[in-house]
Amino acid sequence: MTAPTRSSPGRTWRRPPALIKSPAWRIVIYGCAAVYLAAAMGSVELDWARISQGLERGARFAEGFLTPNFTTRSRDIWQGMVESITMTVTASVVGILISVPIGIGAARNIAPFPIHSLCRGVIAISRAFQEIVIAIVFVAMFGFGPFAGFLTLSFATIGFISKLLADDIEEVDEAQAEAIRSTGAGWWQIVNYAIQPQVMPRLIGLSLYRVDINFRESSVIGIVGAGGIGATLNTSMERYDYDTAGAIIILIIVFVMLAEYSSSHIRRWAQ
Amino acid sequence: MLTVQSLEKRYKTGDRALTGVSFRVPRGQVVGLIGPSGAGKSSLIRCINRLIEPTGGKIMLNDTDLTRLNGAALRKARRRIGMIFQEYALVERLTVMENVLSGRLGYVSFWRSFFRRFPQTDVDKAFGLIDHVGLSDHVDKRADALSGGQRQRVGIARALEQDPELLLVDEPTASLDPKTSRQIMRLICEVCRERELPAIINIHDVVLAQMFVDRIIGLRAGAVVFDGPPADLSSDALTQIYGEEDWAAMRKEKEADAKDAADADAFETERLERMAEPA
Amino acid sequence: MPVAPRNGQRVWTRRTHAAEWTVWAGWFALAVLFVLSWQVMNERTIWAFVQDAPRQGADLLSRAWPPRWDYVDNLWRPLWDTLNMATLGTLLGTALAVPTAFLAARNTTPSAFLLRPMALFVIVSSRSINSLIWALLLVAIIGPGILAGILSIALRSIGFIGKLLYEAIEEIDETQVEAVRATGAGRSQIIDYAIVPQILPAFAGMTVFRWDINIRESTILGLVGAGGIGLQLQSSLNTLAWSQVSVIFALILATVIASEWVSSRVRRAII
Repeated sequence: MTAPTRSSPGRTWRRPPALIKSPAWRIVIYGCAAVYLAAAMGSVELDWARISQGLERGARFAEGFLTPNFTTRSRDIWQGMVESITMTVTASVVGILISVPIGIGAARNIAPFPIHSLCRGVIAISRAFQEIVIAIVFVAMFGFGPFAGFLTLSFATIGFISKLLADDIEEVDEAQAEAIRSTGAGWWQIVNYAIQPQVMPRLIGLSLYRVDINFRESSVIGIVGAGGIGATLNTSMERYDYDTAGAIIILIIVFVMLAEYSSSHIRRWAQ
Repeated sequence: MLTVQSLEKRYKTGDRALTGVSFRVPRGQVVGLIGPSGAGKSSLIRCINRLIEPTGGKIMLNDTDLTRLNGAALRKARRRIGMIFQEYALVERLTVMENVLSGRLGYVSFWRSFFRRFPQTDVDKAFGLIDHVGLSDHVDKRADALSGGQRQRVGIARALEQDPELLLVDEPTASLDPKTSRQIMRLICEVCRERELPAIINIHDVVLAQMFVDRIIGLRAGAVVFDGPPADLSSDALTQIYGEEDWAAMRKEKEADAKDAADADAFETERLERMAEPA
Repeated sequence: MPVAPRNGQRVWTRRTHAAEWTVWAGWFALAVLFVLSWQVMNERTIWAFVQDAPRQGADLLSRAWPPRWDYVDNLWRPLWDTLNMATLGTLLGTALAVPTAFLAARNTTPSAFLLRPMALFVIVSSRSINSLIWALLLVAIIGPGILAGILSIALRSIGFIGKLLYEAIEEIDETQVEAVRATGAGRSQIIDYAIVPQILPAFAGMTVFRWDINIRESTILGLVGAGGIGLQLQSSLNTLAWSQVSVIFALILATVIASEWVSSRVRRAII
């Protein structure tokens, strides 16, 4: 039988520390963090004159954002937009087509060891550098314009899709694969009947997500010369043409929202 | 006819899963394989169709030595052996029909299976089997839309679609309620007798096994410790297989379970009848 | 119905004719879009440059190799700035993202008609605009330097953490909230006792993950004048000093790998 509940006076309770149990370590780690933060804050150089001057420009930019000017540079904006969409479509299609075999090859449970390590190597290289760095190299090699952008985005797509696809394949339900294997199916048939149905919805989702990312990135790599709306934005900022810059940024937001909205629809349909 | 001769399996970790297992299953005989968890039941049936590689011994299916096959020959042998799994192992996102037709994968070319253009005879057979297991209304439903019992019926149809010469069954009833378990066991055993198919059923539920199978093999720590008709499975034999336990009490419990299942059925019927009554 | 009786036999096809046609039409549309995009890109590309690419690439390599390793001494201070930009930006962004997420989550927002759409708009616009574009704007407004970098990192992080966090809040187990509410707890107490414990591990994980991404992004913000190692990259690119560029790339790569290692270790420790 349990004892009757009795109040025990004078017994205190304190919440146990959430992260670091040992008090000594807690002091050391939090102390280091505080010192680092102070040093980091100290490294920020504030030029108040420049900032107050800038606030006026900021106001002008905010004004430009509220009264965007789509018309004066409509030809440039249109061209930049077409280039961005072009790069997005071609790079997504080519990138995904290449990443599917690489992703399959990089999955430990269905690919033999040499192929697996080769494909993982390709993925690691593609993921190590971000788009801008790759774009700098490709622009230097292939000249200014959308082709360098197309190559950059395709290359980045491979790293993204292959990695996630491979991880997904490695996590499939082995029982289903085993069942198909026990019917005497060959390697291709196992991939087609046991793996593909399990990873297809995710692959479609990832591809749409990547289209989204590619569009966003295509608006940036123009800054280093790889074409697209980013180049137009860069030019208008250099001309202090904030009305046009505001218009371009609004366009980018609208397009990204559209892409996100439609891709979530397609994803739900693909489930 | 399946002959297993001094089969050995030692895992890379050094665990000995099977030691010198030998037995012979003639046509049409249904064998229940019982034993505690970790006794090697799963390893044994997976060694037979080489989902796991045995480390020694011989497995003869009719005149083929299964342990010597590789590549295409192994696949040809696998298609002669149907397998039914514990958690059904259906491809969840494919339809019932696609799951059943996947039993023909060892027979058709990749491209044919890729475009789902199976020979009409295969399709006819699949329809026949789906009718047989009572799922005619669910042909184009996705496997994940079915109940447990229905899924296991699909699993049975898939195995039979292979035209197997041997059926391997791994814990077919582990995730089913008592009533459905009986129906599934009955279905499997009926089919085997009809087609004179030898079968090895790996099963936890001793009482259920005794109700349906022709012969029981008891496995303990990777070795055969009992081999005989279900009637010979005395409390002593069970102790030898599983260790000390009150077997009479277990039997009683099982009977109570069966009674509960029957009660639940009666309750369900009554409830349905009551619902059908006009309010 | 894919099952159709024909000549007394039951024929089975995977899809109905209409469904089959829809699928093929979809693929065809995608192919047409791809070809059109490719043509647009073709027009805007100067193929002479592309054909010249192998020679350009070889030239680039010969200039970049061997890297001028002693240049690395000029890079420590910018690297320190880069790390500070990422860390301070992440902290600031997180501080702003948390209230935004609580305003945006359906189950915690105080007003579903006014505040929720506003919070969602903040999240979407922050997500649509890459930190490099934020830096482009901020450098124009408050002048070049590390502050512009911190703010652009923070502005981009709001959207990332805000989105993941509000989704996490919407997915919590409502029965726990109910249980705490049943004790008579107020709104802020419910958040403290029922919601925060459920989302805390995910929140910590996404913050560290974002910090890792921010390290990558802050390495290039200098390209538009926002301080850090990117400034050195920009000046080396302008003077075509490829042997310095290769040193910078190597340092960026090392930093990225180190930060990825740290973030994966920390995330594993949290989860």
